[in-house]
Amino acid sequence: MDITAAENTEETNVWGGGERPLKSSYGKLMMWFFIVSDALTFSGFLVSYGFSRFKNMDSWPIADEVFTHFPFLHGVDAPMYYVALMTFVLIFSSVTMVLAVDAGHHMQKAKVTFYMLLTIIGGAIFVGSQAWEWKNFIKGEYGALETKGGQILQFVDASTGKRIAIADFAVEVPTKRDVHQASNGIWYDAGSSLPSFSVKEVVKGFEANNNLVIKSEKIDATGHKVFLSRDDSLDQIDTAVAVVEGANLVHNEYGNRLFADFFFFITGFHGFHVLSGVIINIIIFFNVIVGTYERRGHYEMVEKVGLYWHFVDLVWVFVFTFFYLV
Amino acid sequence: MAHDAHNLAIFRGLLKFKSNQQKIWGVLIFLSIVTTVEVVLGIVKPAALMNSFLNMKILNWIFLILTIVKAYYIAWDFMHIRDEKGGLKGSIVLPLLILIPYLSFILLVEADYIFDVMFKGFVSWNF
Repeated sequence: MDITAAENTEETNVWGGGERPLKSSYGKLMMWFFIVSDALTFSGFLVSYGFSRFKNMDSWPIADEVFTHFPFLHGVDAPMYYVALMTFVLIFSSVTMVLAVDAGHHMQKAKVTFYMLLTIIGGAIFVGSQAWEWKNFIKGEYGALETKGGQILQFVDASTGKRIAIADFAVEVPTKRDVHQASNGIWYDAGSSLPSFSVKEVVKGFEANNNLVIKSEKIDATGHKVFLSRDDSLDQIDTAVAVVEGANLVHNEYGNRLFADFFFFITGFHGFHVLSGVIINIIIFFNVIVGTYERRGHYEMVEKVGLYWHFVDLVWVFVFTFFYLV
Repeated sequence: MAHDAHNLAIFRGLLKFKSNQQKIWGVLIFLSIVTTVEVVLGIVKPAALMNSFLNMKILNWIFLILTIVKAYYIAWDFMHIRDEKGGLKGSIVLPLLILIPYLSFILLVEADYIFDVMFKGFVSWNF
């Protein structure tokens, strides 16, 4: 606490740091510098997302078809609603943060404590929601086939246009699998786990179901995914080499794998910021409770974490737009 | 502390608040309205806004502009840039305002070019 104690002593000598450049304290200026550089980092990520998206303009996954879940509403197609809710939670926690800063200016300890607590709760709800989004995204819903060229083939009912899960039509083909044991391998490498169905089982089931067609990655002029005809579908399905369920950094049942990579990377990086923001907020919250800032004579520390917290909100506004809206 | 010197007017002085707290709630209401509009547009996707303007859907232009509007109010009122000195305002906002559009421009033009190459090129990318 030596540094902050020095801040309080009246330094009148200009060369000794008596003047505050730009009428802003050292700590606030440094927080602003950090925010500017962090903003550039995030814009680097978002622009590279834009790069991949423009590069695959006619085949990029449609967010409304990827994020369709809402808690406690199973099987209901609810695109956007949950992220919209998350956005409101984050904006609201931003507001309670400003209110805490404002109360700090008036030296109202009880109010600062209360608003800081609300902010922490809002942040925790947001991080939790993001974890839930990740869980759904990783688990996947329908499953798909992947071709040798990395294209994703999804399945729809030709008459209704509704997605069909591979579990609903795949037939069981009895096969025997020799599981590779780590004790037999040169590199002590065990066999990897298999998806619930083999390519053969899915293809067989597809051939037996006449009203199934393939939904390709391509987007038509109206912005919808192209459905192949039954004959084209039968041709196309022969190129499949793997069954994909859910998404990870290598495979992605929703479409282009870069979409999953950027989703994990950007929302993950943002979520990490929220998490660290919550932790810093908790530290400051306890400092407020024990009266550190009351004794120091000002609540500028609350203002500084407030800047960081608003920045996290600001970034989310952009992530929300580019991942879910545009 | 000279913190009572809050600038309490938003919308270029159209709306003036009596206290800083009232301004915060006012800005929250404004941000909520903008977000609601975005979400409703995102769900409804009005056909009239699906036409292309400058190579991008009008709807996407609206989203982009509303996002920047939201960013402005978060930075100006929640992060108190409105109350900072001109020099600080400039040194925070100008680097971002210059570098980000520059980076986006270069990378998006390049990506568009690569798209054309893959679209019109002789190489099949789906083998």
